Amino acid sequence: MKELLTGNYAVAEAVRLARVQLVAAYPITPQTPIYEKLSEMEMEGKLKGIMMRMESEHSAMAAVVAASLTGVRTFTATASQGIALMHEMLHFASGNRVPVVMCNVNRVIAIPWAFGSDQSDSLSQRDTGWLQFYCEDAQEACDTVIQAYRIAEQILLPIMVCIDGFFTSHFLEPIEIPDQASIDAFLPPFSLPSRFDIHNPAFIANVINADHYMQYRQRTFEDMEKAKPVIKEVNREYEEIIGRGYNMIEAVNTDDAEIVLVTSGAMTSTARMAIQSLRDKGYKAGLLKMKAFRPFPTEEVQEALKNVPRVAVLDRNISIGKEGIWCQELKAALYPLERRPLITGYIAGICGADVSPDMIEGMVIDSLQRKETGELPVWVRRD
Amino acid sequence: MVIEQTEKEYMRSGHMGCPGCGVASTMRLVLKALGEKTIVVIIPSCAAVISGAYPNSVMDVPSFHSAFEIAAPTAAGIANALKMRGEEDTTVLAFAGDGGTFDIGLQSLSGAADRNDNFIYVCLDNEAYMNTGIQSSSATPENAWTMTTPAGRQGKKKQFMQIIAAHRIPYAATAAMGYPLDLMEKVKKAKDIKGTKFIHTLAPCPTGWRMPEDLTAKSTMLAVETKLFPLYEIIDGTQYRITHEPQGLPVEEYLKIQGRYRQLNEGQIQQMQKEVDESWEKLITKTKGCI
Repeated sequence: MKELLTGNYAVAEAVRLARVQLVAAYPITPQTPIYEKLSEMEMEGKLKGIMMRMESEHSAMAAVVAASLTGVRTFTATASQGIALMHEMLHFASGNRVPVVMCNVNRVIAIPWAFGSDQSDSLSQRDTGWLQFYCEDAQEACDTVIQAYRIAEQILLPIMVCIDGFFTSHFLEPIEIPDQASIDAFLPPFSLPSRFDIHNPAFIANVINADHYMQYRQRTFEDMEKAKPVIKEVNREYEEIIGRGYNMIEAVNTDDAEIVLVTSGAMTSTARMAIQSLRDKGYKAGLLKMKAFRPFPTEEVQEALKNVPRVAVLDRNISIGKEGIWCQELKAALYPLERRPLITGYIAGICGADVSPDMIEGMVIDSLQRKETGELPVWVRRD
Repeated sequence: MVIEQTEKEYMRSGHMGCPGCGVASTMRLVLKALGEKTIVVIIPSCAAVISGAYPNSVMDVPSFHSAFEIAAPTAAGIANALKMRGEEDTTVLAFAGDGGTFDIGLQSLSGAADRNDNFIYVCLDNEAYMNTGIQSSSATPENAWTMTTPAGRQGKKKQFMQIIAAHRIPYAATAAMGYPLDLMEKVKKAKDIKGTKFIHTLAPCPTGWRMPEDLTAKSTMLAVETKLFPLYEIIDGTQYRITHEPQGLPVEEYLKIQGRYRQLNEGQIQQMQKEVDESWEKLITKTKGCI
């Protein structure tokens, strides 16, 4: 049975279903309803774990890292300035190899002060050693949070599940919340080994030399690569039990496409309409939805785009001094191809600015007319 | 005073601190008092150096080297996870220096104390950032020389016990390694109380205090006996109790053995004596319940 829920509430339901044992959180717009809903669940006895009401996001991440090291399943959520404040501790989470799961509700970072959706907050945490998944809608967010625990606990790296602030986080959508028995079958209540063994005391996170440090980083890098088959297998099992699934990428009509539009997050749904409309008008347009950002699904992207002459990348984020972050990653992934497509980057929807199907159609048509790859991104605003 | 030496040590020999390190001795006494079922959080500080570099460690209890500003929430996260696991008979202990407590870690310690999370926090106060090479912190006393206060610090030492008392945690105390039984008794007392416990220890640094390394314990005794660092407890943030009656020696006795006070003139010493006397009177007032 489907219920009308916001994305934030759908995430809270996933946390409950995952039988999370410790939540440490701090309020920030637009993540706050997750924190509130979990508090309500705690009051009603639906959330069996401990809620720690923290004094900052930095401390929230410190608490979940420490609790995870002690062997319990943990969750936190944040957004914007909060994830920026957490930055140091994000490194501690991956460095300590703890399977923390966090929901980041994408929102712009000051300055200027604003509140709309923008992926720069989480994408700029690219190099912290976290897996990052971007969800198209609330249903996917709910399912992905549950899947994230299975993946994180297997590879021992933290996972960030990202949703678009105010769009996915606050819009009501019909969502099917899985039943507890199904999730227990998929994600059994699980006790991680505690790293603090009284009978066999160890010193965790000791100071090490350069050789050991480099070995450790290499090992973490290799384990992140090993996450790729794990992500696929976990999704396959989830599909088997729950009947829904999501791959690291989703390619729509890319086989015969003359141009493929690459999207992520909530704008993908709008892009689906735009691409269909373009097809109806006779354009051979396709869509590539990116879900996994880390690990980056390079092979899958190469396979999907190997015969495509033109690619347009739609970014709701900007790396000042370069271009959109997805665009950079796409260019890097496609560089080894024998026939490289012409790639144009479009910046749109920053701070939740409107991105209509018409605007997306316009980008695709603009991209088709280009003779060479632009060095700089194209800024698309509704004037 | 005779210290029983037959008990097991939870800090093994071979620490990497400087000779005469007051932090190392204090850590040893605290761990000895707590015993086997203890999990220790250490943050970047001299305590982290003392613990030893991989693959060696002097710690004989599970320990975690966390980030600088989060000794308290790290300990709180472990304590709450232990609760979920039904292992509440294990004590969680956080060691942090004065910089990690008075300065960068104050916000997160305040948050944990406000939630009354269940752990013991021991501040190893050597009155400056000694691990990075003697830079002033807000625990550095007025007039003390450091590398960043070459003419002597201008500000006064932060009254940290007053800040802690304002949180109304169940137990707070001051302690010093020169009074090992008093220190260990306070640690043991804290172990049996549920909630946030804070122990402010004076842990001298012969290197930074510019004094001979065999004066560490004596310097704390002089700090206590001059009433500059009184030994007391605060229950629930309101009930004060002096645990050692000081002799009331002149403050100069404490100052003159340390090179960091070398530049002090007679007027400054008199001023410091005046302030110590006033602080002591205020403390006595508090022990009488007049806060």
